[in-house]
Amino acid sequence: MTNAAIVKVGMADLNAAADGALLKTSGLGSCVGLTLFDAQRQAAGMAHIMLPSSEIAREGLINAAKYADTAVSELLERVLRLGAERRRLVAKIAGGAQMFAFAGAGDSMRIGPRNVESAKRELERLGIPLIAEDTGGHYGRTVELDSRSGVFTIRSVQYGVKEI
Amino acid sequence: MKLFSHNPDFKMDVLREVGNIGAGHAATALSRLLDKPIDMAVPTVSFVPFESIADRVGGLEEVVVSIFLRVDGAAPGNMFFLMSRSQARRLLQELVGLESADGDDYSELELSALCEIGNILAGSYLSSLADLTGLSLTPSVPSIAVDMAGAILSYGLLQFGTMGDDALLIDTTFLKGRQEAEGHFFFIPDPDSFEKLFLSLGVPLE
Repeated sequence: MTNAAIVKVGMADLNAAADGALLKTSGLGSCVGLTLFDAQRQAAGMAHIMLPSSEIAREGLINAAKYADTAVSELLERVLRLGAERRRLVAKIAGGAQMFAFAGAGDSMRIGPRNVESAKRELERLGIPLIAEDTGGHYGRTVELDSRSGVFTIRSVQYGVKEI
Repeated sequence: MKLFSHNPDFKMDVLREVGNIGAGHAATALSRLLDKPIDMAVPTVSFVPFESIADRVGGLEEVVVSIFLRVDGAAPGNMFFLMSRSQARRLLQELVGLESADGDDYSELELSALCEIGNILAGSYLSSLADLTGLSLTPSVPSIAVDMAGAILSYGLLQFGTMGDDALLIDTTFLKGRQEAEGHFFFIPDPDSFEKLFLSLGVPLE
């Protein structure tokens, strides 16, 4: 992983990269980091999803990367544009934690698990197999996807580094 | 936000004063607890893009100790009391005489003590705000996390998430001027709360 270009993915953002570049997003809490990868083309995409559904959006122009139900298809389009093939794509996801276990009540408390559920539903709808995940818990994650190998590296304060 | 299209500077000033009064009371409470003077910076009030909300505490991946409270009542919102791990250690030493154990882990007792400190400070912030506005504002049970700032703070942005990609943040830094010692109060009222805050303070909306 020396000298590989790092492509940053911000909060409520998505990006695609190929040929050895690393896609990275930092500080996932209840947000979900979703990646798509085509091993043959060595192309990958990553989305930092914040909310489960765009139905709750009150903004005029929707930021597709923010909502699980809009981010996945947008990301799909981006990796296809890099020459990836849809039938070869596989997905990995991480995040969706409950950062504050006892905080308040109501729906916003379960936002992490709901983001995960919604992301999975969307992958299923698009027929993209989910081959690995590291979700839930009560801790934050920083994730990196290698667009050459498809290795998804997850770092957390408590559990160190993990590859899936 | 549409609410801020008219007379934005004045409205920001009002929110700055809200932060000033709230955090001022919290700083006084802390000063009494520690029996030492506490300095406080003038609050900053700004719309910050989600991506840069953690910049003030060292970036998205910076590990911070954070006490979180959900504010319920007439003008709901999210409140965070954030500090570095070394600062949390200092507080524990000075306040409850807990000598730090080795490593970065905190014992249950230490976490619970920190949580209670955060609770007291946030409570005085909120009660002064409630007095000022005449609105009922009640803090939820506090909870504490020691984790990446991005993971923690993103939780406070969800209400803004449905409206855009930035949030209005009232940030007050205190314990400044002492070596390596700094704490932050982040108050992020829900988008719908601003109208109520302004009305209660007699600020014309338009």
